[in-house]
Amino acid sequence: MPLDKNGIAKRIAKELRDGFYVNLGIGIPTLVANFIPDGMQILLQSENGLLGIGPFPGKADIDPDLINAGKQTITSIQGAAFFDSSASFAMIRGGHIDLTVLGAFEVSETGDIASWKIPGKLVKGMGGAMDLVASAKNIIVAMMHTNPQGESKLLKKCTLPLTGVGVVKRIVTDLAVLDVTPRGFKLIERAADVTVEQIIRATEGKLIVEGEIPVI
Amino acid sequence: MNKVVNNAKEAIRGIQSNMTVMLGGFGLCGIPENCIAALAESDITGLTCISNNAGVDGFGLGKLLLRHQIKKMISSYVGENKEFERQLMSGELEVELIPQGTLAERIRAGGAGIPAFFVPAGYGTEVAIGKPVREFEGKMYLEEKWLKADFSIIKAWKGDTSGNLIYRYTANNFNQSMATAARITIAEVEELVPAGTLDPNCIHTPGVFVQRIFQGTNYEKRIEFATTRD
Repeated sequence: MPLDKNGIAKRIAKELRDGFYVNLGIGIPTLVANFIPDGMQILLQSENGLLGIGPFPGKADIDPDLINAGKQTITSIQGAAFFDSSASFAMIRGGHIDLTVLGAFEVSETGDIASWKIPGKLVKGMGGAMDLVASAKNIIVAMMHTNPQGESKLLKKCTLPLTGVGVVKRIVTDLAVLDVTPRGFKLIERAADVTVEQIIRATEGKLIVEGEIPVI
Repeated sequence: MNKVVNNAKEAIRGIQSNMTVMLGGFGLCGIPENCIAALAESDITGLTCISNNAGVDGFGLGKLLLRHQIKKMISSYVGENKEFERQLMSGELEVELIPQGTLAERIRAGGAGIPAFFVPAGYGTEVAIGKPVREFEGKMYLEEKWLKADFSIIKAWKGDTSGNLIYRYTANNFNQSMATAARITIAEVEELVPAGTLDPNCIHTPGVFVQRIFQGTNYEKRIEFATTRD
């Protein structure tokens, strides 16, 4: 069975290490917060100026002055810190954030990512995505392996306008975990009951399959 | 030196059509509601607005869009606004999109007297078109230039009569850097207190950056996406 969104988030949570500072994008990446292992301390960064995102508030605790980068109301944890936007991106640009997880429309076999603009559709802007992908030490993309039309999102070369060049390290999809290597995508793990052949068919870019591929 | 003005109408005196104005806030969080309302009641048009977002229909900068007072937006993300989309599609409105961290740093640089600097964001993308690139320690960077404005209009939680400011939670966002980057900075605050009342250890924006200050009224603090765990 291919993974659902929670399954993808749960697999990405395995990449977390105690003490990591992590920026989670909108969509599937946000769900990773629900799978942080017990006893592990992770500080979630919100690029609008918060280190230490807590759970969503109860109805009575909503505060309009406390939102995440998706403009949703949130809370902050004990030990959180607030700061301005330029300090926030200094953390990102300066390499102080250990892991960034974000969604994408397309990823290329050389680690290029397209995630912000579809020509012909209204352009809303890149927000902080270009800053994040250009600077984080480790970038994991969370996305479906194919688009709703069944076409591969793991390509030789991105067709959409780029967010960053040669920046993606690892991709977790509904079908597989793949690393971006100098030789192309390398298959690391497969979803339970998904065959290597299925993954090969769903991947347009160069795919390296070596040895037995363990199940996620 | 008296920085205190009575209200938003008095505070925006001197802002003229076709000027460049920075407006603090992220989404609707930490926006200068009183001054935006005063601008919306004025005849000022042709503004170039530097603001991370463009408000929503009828609130925040959406109020100025509705009255066609904005000629150009310089932002990182401009969704959630139908009138904005309409004006953009019809060519009435010009938009320059800038990666959010680069936008924040260009504003900071403007306030700090740094004309240009290098960032990795946007290298190899359409954001890089026309910009000098340079390699540092094996990585490619784009040259970006400072941003400055005629006026900055910002919102703080508490302020004193010396112009010292303290922001609350994530309502700081772009306000702190914008406070430094204009010829004249107008601060509207929820609570204005006499100088000497705020703890000097806790000031985010020192008063040197603020030329006019007033206590705002009737803050709506609208929420774009109320999200709860219930």
